[in-house]
Amino acid sequence: MNGDSFIAGMGIVSAIGKDLPANFKSLCEEKAGIGVMKWLSSSHQDELPVGEVKYSNTELAAFTGLSSSLPRTALLSCLAAREALQDAGWEKHNSLRTGFISANTVGGMDKTEKFFKSFSKNMAAGKLADVVHHECGAVTELVADFLGIQHFVSTVSTACSSSANAIFTGARMIRAGLLDYALVGGADALTRFTLNGFNTLMILDKELCKPFDENRHGLNLGEGAAYLLLASEKALKQLGKNPYARITGYANANDAFHQTASSPGGTGSFLAMKGALEKAGLKPTDINYINLHGTGTQNNDIAESTAIRLLFDPVFPKMSSTKAYTGHTLGASGAVEAVYSVLAIQHGVIFPNLRLKTPMKEFPFQPVTGLLKNQPIQHVLSNSFGFGGNCSSLIFSAA
Amino acid sequence: MNNRKVYIRSTGNISPQHSLDEDAFFLICEKNTNNFFKSLEPDYSTFIDNKMIRRMSRILKMGVAASMICLRNAGVEDPAAILTATAYGCLEDSSAFLRRMIEFEEKMLSPTAFIQSTHNTVGAQIALLLKCHNYNNTIVHRSFSFENALTESILLLEEGIAPVLVGAVDEITDDRHAILSRFGLYRTHTGNIAGEGAAFFLLDKEPGLSYQAVLKDVQIIYNGENIQEDIAAFLKKNEIVTDQIGLILYSNSGKDKQKERDDGILKTFFRGIPNFPFKTLCGDYPTSSGFALWFAALLLKEQKLPSWMERLSFPLKNIFIHQQDGLHHSFLLISSS
Repeated sequence: MNGDSFIAGMGIVSAIGKDLPANFKSLCEEKAGIGVMKWLSSSHQDELPVGEVKYSNTELAAFTGLSSSLPRTALLSCLAAREALQDAGWEKHNSLRTGFISANTVGGMDKTEKFFKSFSKNMAAGKLADVVHHECGAVTELVADFLGIQHFVSTVSTACSSSANAIFTGARMIRAGLLDYALVGGADALTRFTLNGFNTLMILDKELCKPFDENRHGLNLGEGAAYLLLASEKALKQLGKNPYARITGYANANDAFHQTASSPGGTGSFLAMKGALEKAGLKPTDINYINLHGTGTQNNDIAESTAIRLLFDPVFPKMSSTKAYTGHTLGASGAVEAVYSVLAIQHGVIFPNLRLKTPMKEFPFQPVTGLLKNQPIQHVLSNSFGFGGNCSSLIFSAA
Repeated sequence: MNNRKVYIRSTGNISPQHSLDEDAFFLICEKNTNNFFKSLEPDYSTFIDNKMIRRMSRILKMGVAASMICLRNAGVEDPAAILTATAYGCLEDSSAFLRRMIEFEEKMLSPTAFIQSTHNTVGAQIALLLKCHNYNNTIVHRSFSFENALTESILLLEEGIAPVLVGAVDEITDDRHAILSRFGLYRTHTGNIAGEGAAFFLLDKEPGLSYQAVLKDVQIIYNGENIQEDIAAFLKKNEIVTDQIGLILYSNSGKDKQKERDDGILKTFFRGIPNFPFKTLCGDYPTSSGFALWFAALLLKEQKLPSWMERLSFPLKNIFIHQQDGLHHSFLLISSS
């Protein structure tokens, strides 16, 4: 369709790899990245497994040349964002307009935690350098400045659906002719703040998470960053590159049920998926694969399944949650899974829903449990649902 | 940006001024007497259920109440989209959770402060209160938060998603003030003080039964090299010359270097055009352009001079808002029709 956004480049860092090839390899080899935390310092170290990126701040900083004293979210963001631009062959000095729209949920919170240790006892104490990048937008600007993007910068924060919203914000701006390129996605590092927050909600699994399993006990938190370089038709010509895929559908709806829990009927999830199909002009049967939100909490997986049954019954596409590989990367998850969705189209593969033993008994469908190859995949639906009832769905289609 | 008009059908604003009582606002200008400028908060039970109020931090109460007032003023209950702009998010709850986490060494924490600390809590609470399942997004980009939310609103309207409820909200807390003061942001000698507020707008592509003003255009400039040239290009794009502008609302964040440039632009480029430093009314905060837009829309609707302002020429047709904060500049153009 006229005004579609083409995906010209991708970059990712997660618990299963520091770049796109490494992530694809781990996905195909069914290697998960969740385990005992090494870099995050928390009193829950021995009790809560996490999907940590396997590099220290010093190592991450060395990959890009940034200062290791910056927030970890900025270091992750920078690495993945740069990979997406390099992958596309985007040059800093080009005649077209590039925007950077990134998502995160807690900005430079890892550094703020350090600051508050002293500040909470004495308001004149604590190093100011540790709070200067506290804001979500400050993290985005560190990366925009590093990349040399200044035409448009924005930050989206809608909890776990943040980067899905950032992705379609870019697609919308390209469609409206306000940008030629949009580097879109999100990043979040593990922090004690989020780990403890989720822990108070009693939705963290003390074992490795089992999304969509009858005997699931919650989610594992993860960290990472992922970006897509979206290009208009004109920009694509400038790059002279074959796109990976197109973004054809997107929608955002609100569950309007509870601040943290999903409605049992999955209203928000249903409306988001339905809206994305309508935007793309597709029928439910056109979807070949659903990358589930699939966190592994009782509540999320029931709501998402209920919405899928309502929308797709009686023909269900293949589906899987990739959070058993990476953990729930919060503000990055929509983008991480967007990259996996596009990889599925590109390589004709469907990644398995790891560790699924007993499918949820109330539903007539179940996720894929082993890697499927040679799949003709035209359209992938990717779901991201978050606190505050924010539900978003994206549809990626073969280019 | 667009060919279609964007109408501001109604507003709701909680600020350090009498923004909920327009008659009082035209008569009285509240002066700051403390080291920061706090909002004059209404009796929230008029707008929000008492059970909800007890659990809400100030930013939630201000944001939700301002949005309810805005919708009530337009007689709308089900906006097609809800967009919230906040630079700092829910600071009070974030600080509370952080302090307890450190103090109790990650043990015995209650979830409430964490749940309410996420940046999308204001937008989520509005949706929850309205039982509104429609589009809902939260933009959190420093001094561009509100401007980018306006841009998104305009694009949604162009796609036929209307009307759009969009608002700017940030709160002052003791922690924020202590930290930003240490950065040297607030200096009494320049009159720059911390502020806060919640301003919501119902934007529509149709005027409805009545409207306050028309939002002509919005633009952000990040790391701009020559702001005066950027202003000139913005006005040219909108086919307007400086003489057609009846009032400039500019931000007086009071940094010495910035003041010099402001004076230059106001005295030469906008020579002879009335101007007003809007942050003297609401204090300094990244989403204060929400307050400025509310003020501009009110003047355009009422076409009268507040007793505390110097002379303006009526009819007032166009108002230009120039918000700035370090490397962030933004322009808003608002017209009476």
